[in-house]
Amino acid sequence: MSRELLLEGLLERPVTIPKPAPSPDALAELARTVDRAALRRLGRSLVIREVDAGSCNGCELEIHALSNAIYDLERFGIRFAASPKHADVLMVTGPVTRNMAAALRRAWECTPDPKRVVAVGDCAAGCGVFAGSYALAGGTGAVAEIVPVHLHIRGCPPSPMALLQGLLALLGGGRPSVHVRGGTSGPTTTPSSRASGAG
Amino acid sequence: MTTTPEAFPDVALAEFLAAHPAVPGHHPWARHAGDRDSWETLGHRLAAGRLDLLGLWGEPGRVHAALFEPATEVLAVVSLDCPNGRFPSLGRLHPPAIRLERTIRDLFGLEPEGLEDARGWLDHGRWPLRRPLSPKPLPHDGTPDPYPFLPVEGEGIHEIPVGRIHAGIIEPGHFRFRAQGETVVRLEARLGWVHKGIEKRLEGLSWTEAGRIVGRVSGDATVAYQWAFARAVEAATGSEPPARAVWLRGLFGELERIALHLHDFGFVCNDAAFALVHTHTGILREQLLQLAGELFGHRLMMDLIVPGGVAADLDAAGSGRLRELLRTIGSRFERLLRVYDDTPSLMDRTARTGILTPELARRFAAGGHVGRASGRDFDSRRDLAYPPYDELRPKVVLRERGDVDARMWVRIEEIRESLRLVERILDQLPPGPLSAPVASRAGEGMGIVESFRGEVLVWLRLDAEGRILRCHPRDPSWFQWPLLEAAIESNIVADFPLCNKSFDCSYSAVDL
Repeated sequence: MSRELLLEGLLERPVTIPKPAPSPDALAELARTVDRAALRRLGRSLVIREVDAGSCNGCELEIHALSNAIYDLERFGIRFAASPKHADVLMVTGPVTRNMAAALRRAWECTPDPKRVVAVGDCAAGCGVFAGSYALAGGTGAVAEIVPVHLHIRGCPPSPMALLQGLLALLGGGRPSVHVRGGTSGPTTTPSSRASGAG
Repeated sequence: MTTTPEAFPDVALAEFLAAHPAVPGHHPWARHAGDRDSWETLGHRLAAGRLDLLGLWGEPGRVHAALFEPATEVLAVVSLDCPNGRFPSLGRLHPPAIRLERTIRDLFGLEPEGLEDARGWLDHGRWPLRRPLSPKPLPHDGTPDPYPFLPVEGEGIHEIPVGRIHAGIIEPGHFRFRAQGETVVRLEARLGWVHKGIEKRLEGLSWTEAGRIVGRVSGDATVAYQWAFARAVEAATGSEPPARAVWLRGLFGELERIALHLHDFGFVCNDAAFALVHTHTGILREQLLQLAGELFGHRLMMDLIVPGGVAADLDAAGSGRLRELLRTIGSRFERLLRVYDDTPSLMDRTARTGILTPELARRFAAGGHVGRASGRDFDSRRDLAYPPYDELRPKVVLRERGDVDARMWVRIEEIRESLRLVERILDQLPPGPLSAPVASRAGEGMGIVESFRGEVLVWLRLDAEGRILRCHPRDPSWFQWPLLEAAIESNIVADFPLCNKSFDCSYSAVDL
């Protein structure tokens, strides 16, 4: 049976979708938060360490979906690593709880420079349904309360397509061929300085 | 005077309850006001295995226990006032209550008398206050509390700390393994890392706002949470959703079950280093989610169930597409199943791994595939028969062996059954409106709905304007997490991911 499935996989039409365009919103935000030279240094491959810093696990389901055969993230040179020490990018879901703030901070410190932080979901941007609780870092649980954020991918949860388009912006943003559109309204949260707070 | 089990006559729960006044305005099951003696009695009845603990939660100055008597199928809530801030611990008699009592102490400052474990559970000392849900929270400077793990003694024991942050894309939790060579002697989990303060956050919200939050207690079981919350509000206010809404709820619920069981089935194979099955289940699941997104406006089906009805409909064309896709999924899934069943290297990993004994499953009243793979014959769809399951009468599948493979087979059979149920729902979907008005009335209500991992319970109290005074969502994982610790014992450390995924407990939902 396994052999049959493998053979069919070779003969059938691929289920994988064509490469989507990078998200213009993400390109606009990255143009503000990352200088082009630094982005270029990341080259054409990205290694991501995912950190759930308080999520309801909805974002994790959609992040998982990025690796299925339909989106097939790895064909773009983007993959997930087990350790922040091997990562270029921290992909953080929130809201960041006070109980997780120190762990997130430590993961960030372990990630080698030049590192980028992608905040995934409305909660990670500080405007999810839980904002305003005593248990969230800074009261809103925004990732930017704990570590500097370069890119926000909004949604509750963001779809795999939105995640993919955001990551492609991060990957392609350094390439000269990519045209950054001006005037698009980027996500609301600006990259903050490293905030104090829970730790 | 010390109390002993012999001191309590062997009476049925109904008879016991008759001796205690029912609190008016609690629906659909009664809530009775107990006293300290009756609370003790319940503890002994739980310990004797006559009652299942369905939930245990607090509010300022009071604790509540939801109880189910399997022999008579009586379900009730018993409450105990704690005027001096203390209540007799049920956990000292019945271990499944321990973490719930530690939570009550952390959140409300109510002391479970006689509970040996003095450590915090959700409160790690990192909040700016203690007892956040008590009438008088105490300020705290956020210095983390020490957390001594339970001691393990023996020759050559070594310790392996895993997490908070794990290697994969999963939720955070800390697992402290004590191993002798490769064999796990004891696993102790420490959770609470993603505590979001959900119960406090819900206070004072309208049920519309609160529903969005309860639907995100555990994102993967969002339909079950929305549904249980809606049922609780409807019970409290005496409202009735129209027939079409009830059947659409059933549709969303079964689609969620199929999607998540496919996900877990694939992931268990993946954790046994067998990626082929995982790749194919990933495609099937994605196709289902994409269609859900197109038909209902949300891939994970969030915010579709509201008190009084549903917020999305299905037309004939959509129904046709759903049927077609589910038939494809059904036939493709059967082929994947043959791969699972025919691959000795895979079976070698799942069979006889992570055994949960029927005795422990029964004692903890473990719901979902965890309980049913260890012979616990309970499914709230059948046993509480809430609509539309009163008509659909789902088949409940049991296994006795309690290993990873048994939990896989319960999932497999449940996917098959859910595919059948969806066909029937699509055949019988009645016409009519999608929602009915919900009365603004003060009251208390409880909703229990079977999620893919077991029964979700939502209890709430509303004021006359329909605002939340108190709401407690209780996930089945509360009674499954401790069993994972038992199931991994004597297995090798390397089989932990497999065992963990075969349980697939929610972190977010128990961290609240």
